[in-house]
Amino acid sequence: MRVSELPKPSPERLLKQVQAEENKRWGAKLKIFLGYAPGVGKSYRMLDEARRRHERGEDVVVGAVQGQQSEDLQALLRKLEVIPPLQTSEGQTIDLDAILRRAPQVCVIDPLAAQNAPGSRHSYRWQDVQELLRNGISVLSSVNLLHVQEYKEKVQAITGKNTTETIPKSFLLAADDIVIVDVPPDLCLSRQGEKLTSTGISNSQERKLSELRELALLLTAEVVDAQLESYVHAHGIEPVFGTHERFLVCMTPHSNALAMIESGQRNKERFQGELYAVYVCERGRSKRERVTIRRYFDAAKKAGASTEVLESDDPISAIVELAREKRITQIFIGHSNRNSWRDRVFGDPVLRLIREAEGIDVRVFPH
Amino acid sequence: MFESADTPRGILKVYLGYAAGVGKTFQMLADGRAAAQRGVDVVVAYFQPHARPDTIEQAQGLEVVPHRKIEYRGKTFEEMDTEAVLNRNPSIALVDELAHTNIPGSARTKRWEDVQVLLNSGIEVWTTMNVQHIESLNDQIWQITGIQVRETVPDGIVRQAAEIVAVDVTPEALLNRLKRGAIYKPEMVQKALTGFFKGSNLGALRELTLRQAAHEVDLRQSAYDETSGFQVPRISEARPSGATDNQPKERILIHLTADPSTAMLIRRGRRVADYLRADCTALFVHQTPELSQLPPEERQAVEKHLRFARSLQIETRILGGKDIAKTLVDFARQNQVTQIFVAHSQIGLLERLRRKNFTEDIVRLAQDLQVTVVADRSRRPGF
Repeated sequence: MRVSELPKPSPERLLKQVQAEENKRWGAKLKIFLGYAPGVGKSYRMLDEARRRHERGEDVVVGAVQGQQSEDLQALLRKLEVIPPLQTSEGQTIDLDAILRRAPQVCVIDPLAAQNAPGSRHSYRWQDVQELLRNGISVLSSVNLLHVQEYKEKVQAITGKNTTETIPKSFLLAADDIVIVDVPPDLCLSRQGEKLTSTGISNSQERKLSELRELALLLTAEVVDAQLESYVHAHGIEPVFGTHERFLVCMTPHSNALAMIESGQRNKERFQGELYAVYVCERGRSKRERVTIRRYFDAAKKAGASTEVLESDDPISAIVELAREKRITQIFIGHSNRNSWRDRVFGDPVLRLIREAEGIDVRVFPH
Repeated sequence: MFESADTPRGILKVYLGYAAGVGKTFQMLADGRAAAQRGVDVVVAYFQPHARPDTIEQAQGLEVVPHRKIEYRGKTFEEMDTEAVLNRNPSIALVDELAHTNIPGSARTKRWEDVQVLLNSGIEVWTTMNVQHIESLNDQIWQITGIQVRETVPDGIVRQAAEIVAVDVTPEALLNRLKRGAIYKPEMVQKALTGFFKGSNLGALRELTLRQAAHEVDLRQSAYDETSGFQVPRISEARPSGATDNQPKERILIHLTADPSTAMLIRRGRRVADYLRADCTALFVHQTPELSQLPPEERQAVEKHLRFARSLQIETRILGGKDIAKTLVDFARQNQVTQIFVAHSQIGLLERLRRKNFTEDIVRLAQDLQVTVVADRSRRPGF
């Protein structure tokens, strides 16, 4: 049983639940096309999907499109019904009332991260999108990594580009669908008018874009992982193991926990995985041991681990149970160099863990 | 006959997806067409004859090198005509389905071997594959989907690619395509829906594809940085610990045996070594005075595993020693190994009481080294 940290639903999941409930009656869905930079072709993919849906008989309208359009985009737009945005002296705002009156099945709103002109019903376009969804209208939209609040600074550090128009990452996590539009940096740059180089990273500009590309791929993977988890919850099926490396460090006062935490952090970074650290409370710990454990907890938190305290007379079973719940792929455990009466009765805990952690790697650390 | 020493090797580009129908071939052909319009000499070297109408449309206007027809057991099969492509000698050849196994009677067993021939003669190759075809992911794919993938591509081949492009689509859109009959013939659809395309499989494979693509992108960045001295601008809090990159290089030692679990161990070792950028060695220890004295069956299994390890670019070593666990651990200590990879052998109660479990011997002996006991991924955890 968990003592300190009861499982709490994450804000993303709550938001998703709320949104799912709001939209359930109407079946409206939000689909977002994510790109790592301008020129990857998000808008094209999105409008092409709108065209295909229209041709298959869905009622599709376009509520907003990006400022400048290439010939390809214009050709797609000519095949679709467009509801023009409202023009004011202060800028553009999508014509929400006109779209609601028209009540299509699907509406294209591009880009997602835009600020509305002062005096509009909502300050942000993503709030318009929410209103459409609440009214049963599905939305196709696109966003660039720079405009995701949590990535803004990173992207800015790499490209020097800045923006005031952002959406929170939780909005992406709450979307019904997200698709990454992945294209090699050289092609992306050529669409921005640069000369096409040979396949692969050939210069520092492509190298920088490649960094953003990796971030966008990992962000999409994270969203897909969250969706997978809700799917598993909703259908009551077995959790999916092994799509993502998850490390669990077992801390005891007599193990080399600091070395394990450090290694865990390195593995987490290299695998772009997740790190957990657990301590199983046992009765009769001395004050000194408790101080040591507290120090380990601080180190684990600093290393970016989610920490758990369990209470159990059977630590190994408790650890294995937690590992299954958290879909752990590798458990880190230290050799214990003391030979307690418990070990003599129940067997070496490390060896027991190896036997019981079926399907999970066990990495044993020296003391 | 077509190669010459001064021909630079062709560039390889891989379109990576997670299932049939995600649009890999479509994307490859669309990019090929765009290149042809720029005046690049592009040909379609292989492309499924029973492709989907949308995909066939993308091939319009591209030159197709006629396939080679091969008779096998009274049927005619079509394979890429590698010699014809070499004779045509284009700048870029589009080759669908890298993981394909050629029909018996072909010059080479695997399509990726044909692709090597094209690359060696200086032709740039663009090709398609799914994440489940990557050799080192084989056990994870089994663990996740319960499906045994037989056609695989060695990791080293994928690593040769200068560029990996992820082709993404939502599982929902993919299922719609499937139900519309756009991927398989109607009689196949039901089977697909209850098999590979069922429930959480698609989401899990999609996540793996995105992570694999991110990893491949990351490796290519590091390679570029090493040669160019490029440094990524970082925001200050991006790397709080700072020191983690200055760790001594990891060295992984895989304990190779005749046991079938060794294949899994090699794949996992390869994968972990890749991510940790570690050196990786596989060691076989024999108790007999000479390797040749091993029973033939055991010897064949060991040789198979040694070849498999080498095919994944793992260095292999063979040592004689009466006490296998001790020999392995001594070798690890002498060679600054940081992690020993051993398989978890399943044992009965009797052996446990007699304390004869080899894995546990190693864990006990190597108290000063890290030992990773690799799970048997053919057993899905907890169920």
